[in-house]
Amino acid sequence: MTRRTTLVLQAVAVALVASLVGLLAWQVVNKEAAAGLVSAVQRGETPAAPPLDLPELEGDGRISLASYRGQAVVLNFWASWCEPCKEEAPMLEAAWKRHRERGLVVLGVNAQDFEDDARDFVDRYGLTYPIVHDGPGSSLGRYGLTGFPETWWVDRAGRLVAYVQGEFTQEQLDANIEKALTPS
Amino acid sequence: MTRALALVVAALAVLAVAAPAAPASEQSPTLAELERELVCPTCETTLAMSNSPIADRMRADIRERIEAGQTKSEIKAAMVEQFGEAVLAAPPRSGFNWLAWLLPFGGLAGAAVVVTLLARRWLRSRPAPAAAGSGPGANGGPPLDPVLERRVDEELARFDA
Repeated sequence: MTRRTTLVLQAVAVALVASLVGLLAWQVVNKEAAAGLVSAVQRGETPAAPPLDLPELEGDGRISLASYRGQAVVLNFWASWCEPCKEEAPMLEAAWKRHRERGLVVLGVNAQDFEDDARDFVDRYGLTYPIVHDGPGSSLGRYGLTGFPETWWVDRAGRLVAYVQGEFTQEQLDANIEKALTPS
Repeated sequence: MTRALALVVAALAVLAVAAPAAPASEQSPTLAELERELVCPTCETTLAMSNSPIADRMRADIRERIEAGQTKSEIKAAMVEQFGEAVLAAPPRSGFNWLAWLLPFGGLAGAAVVVTLLARRWLRSRPAPAAAGSGPGANGGPPLDPVLERRVDEELARFDA
């Protein structure tokens, strides 16, 4: 084996190992960043909301979270097969109707669900707030989600101000809406 | 040697590509086999191993599609449309996904090449055994010092006398 061949083989081996380590590091950093959002908000910090741009559940358009800059957003992640989501849906619809004049938007993110089931759910609960569909659940990791339902509150500047894992109470919903609507 | 290696690599590649689903299974899939080939999106295990609500819902949907006469590919395509490619237990053999199929075999072939080259190098670096009776160093040891050799010859001659 010539010296040159040895060098080439060594370079290939090092590149392969480096790329695998890089891939692993990238995955770990991404997971840490998402988990970091939850702990940052729990510490009272207000990190920027990760980008979100998904197709509408009903309609051909797309909705981007950035398009609601200047409004407060309740970002609710749900699925039709999730039992607590059935309790939350009427509360979210009522909050949307009550506060929309003040600049509040409820944005539902239906994820890991059949589109038809999601549409049936929307009809059953008479939901009128905007809802996007994320079948593969690609947005879940970015927001550090571990299940359904989970809800983030985003202020008018696009910063995360509150988070509830699992089903929220009416008190939590109202208090966090006020927090999101109030300029900091 | 190179030819043999090429054959091994080709055979491994063929193994990776081969064994497509049997036609009968493609035309008349069963729920059990699709449960093994599809993943529950929330729990990231196969449907066969999951009792989550979405897994139950997916099973019901698959059952309906089987009864409607859909092929395995059609059912899988419908699931991918709803949940993305991550719903497939094995990545499809296309585009970038080929990497997942070929990398293990590539790694094995690469390791075989490295081991072969190292073995050849090691064999070449070993001193060749010398032919018997070929003078100094005939037993594989270093050649005798000429002074010492002459002295040994003198001693042997005296011994013989």
